[in-house]
Amino acid sequence: MRDWPLWEVFVRSRRGLSHVHVGSLHAPDAEMALRNARDLYTRRQEGVSLWVVPAAEIVASSPDEADAFFDPAADKIYRHPTFYDVPEGVEHL
Amino acid sequence: MAQVYGNDFTAPGETPARPATSDEPETFRALLEGEGRVEPRDDLPDAYRRTLVRQIAQHAHSEIIGMQPEGNWISRAPSLRRKAILMAKVQDEAGHGLYLYAAAETLGVDRADLLDQLHSGRQKYSSIFNYPTLTWADMGAIGWLVDGAAIVNQVPLCRCSYGPYARAMIRVCKEESFHQRQGFEILHTLSHGTPAQKAMAQDAVDRYWWPSLMMFGPPDDDSPNSAQSMAWGIKRFSNDDLRQRFVDMAVPQAEALGLTLPDPEIRWNEDRGHHDFGEVDFTELFEVIKGNGPCNAERMAHRVRAHEDGAWVREAANAYADKQAARPGADVA
Ligand SMILES: [Fe+2]
Ligand SMILES: [Fe+2]
Repeated sequence: MRDWPLWEVFVRSRRGLSHVHVGSLHAPDAEMALRNARDLYTRRQEGVSLWVVPAAEIVASSPDEADAFFDPAADKIYRHPTFYDVPEGVEHL
Repeated sequence: MAQVYGNDFTAPGETPARPATSDEPETFRALLEGEGRVEPRDDLPDAYRRTLVRQIAQHAHSEIIGMQPEGNWISRAPSLRRKAILMAKVQDEAGHGLYLYAAAETLGVDRADLLDQLHSGRQKYSSIFNYPTLTWADMGAIGWLVDGAAIVNQVPLCRCSYGPYARAMIRVCKEESFHQRQGFEILHTLSHGTPAQKAMAQDAVDRYWWPSLMMFGPPDDDSPNSAQSMAWGIKRFSNDDLRQRFVDMAVPQAEALGLTLPDPEIRWNEDRGHHDFGEVDFTELFEVIKGNGPCNAERMAHRVRAHEDGAWVREAANAYADKQAARPGADVA
């Protein structure tokens, strides 16, 4: 029996929100993946829109290199508004 | 070892899955100590991975085998309302199985392999599903007691150290509370019906009470793998603590149902702030785990037959996928 590919499932819970990853499933093709995702992840009206993405197509950053990869942002605290001193009495800033 | 749907442990004389205590990667220890979550691509010790695969697979198997005792009553539900509810519940259990197989696969195993291991008896499922469902009232007792015990076991797993398992458990737990309530409602209706209906409800509770207590596993002194599972953040509370929590919740609920629990030793203990209760007969549990329960053979035969009878559907789906893919301009999948 040939293994069905793995699909990652994303659900938009309400209009105005983005799709969020909810889990995965196996299905022989995209259409079946969508139908199975509906039955598996939206049995209680959890969503108004579904994406299914072949898991093999996802490119991910590596956890081993996470430090080196994300560190460059660590010393740039001036990107946050809290970095700045605001003189007493100044509002709406 | 942690219990999920119960009995993720071995009977005396069976080889336990002994986790090696050898070197654990520094990063892994740091994650656990920081109460952080472990994710699939982290560097995981083999023993942690093996323990999780075993536990999650057994949990998944329990969910799908657990469809059988209730499936038995779908066509004989007493009303359309009850039938629709029971079908929704059984469908949820199939869903729980799928969430959990998907969580197990993040550990590098294959769902088809796990099913093979179930079918060949190398992996187990919860003993509770090896008891027969003799009357409609059993649908009530299963929802109230079996799903109730499962909830007590599963809620702490929502904080399990392994991210994909914890996330699957959050979905499962959200869905379980309807399961317990519909069971409670069935028993409540029967208990307030004719004397014969009330007797039927009482009989179901009498038969399911002790097996439900067994779902929490052996007493703590007799649960050799628990300490390791606690250290790994897979298990959060001991078997006996969870069992006590369940008894304390069930006693007042039984009163509200107007039914009695089949244990003359149940009484409130002011000093402990808990209910005392009688001793669970674990020899029965171990017999059922070894395959000598009332329905072990039937459950497995049914499961294997369903899988084999479904082969043509899987083949047809493949043929259709191939045909779609071969169409000019077809997307890759
Ligand atoms: Fe379940
Ligand atoms: Fe359930």
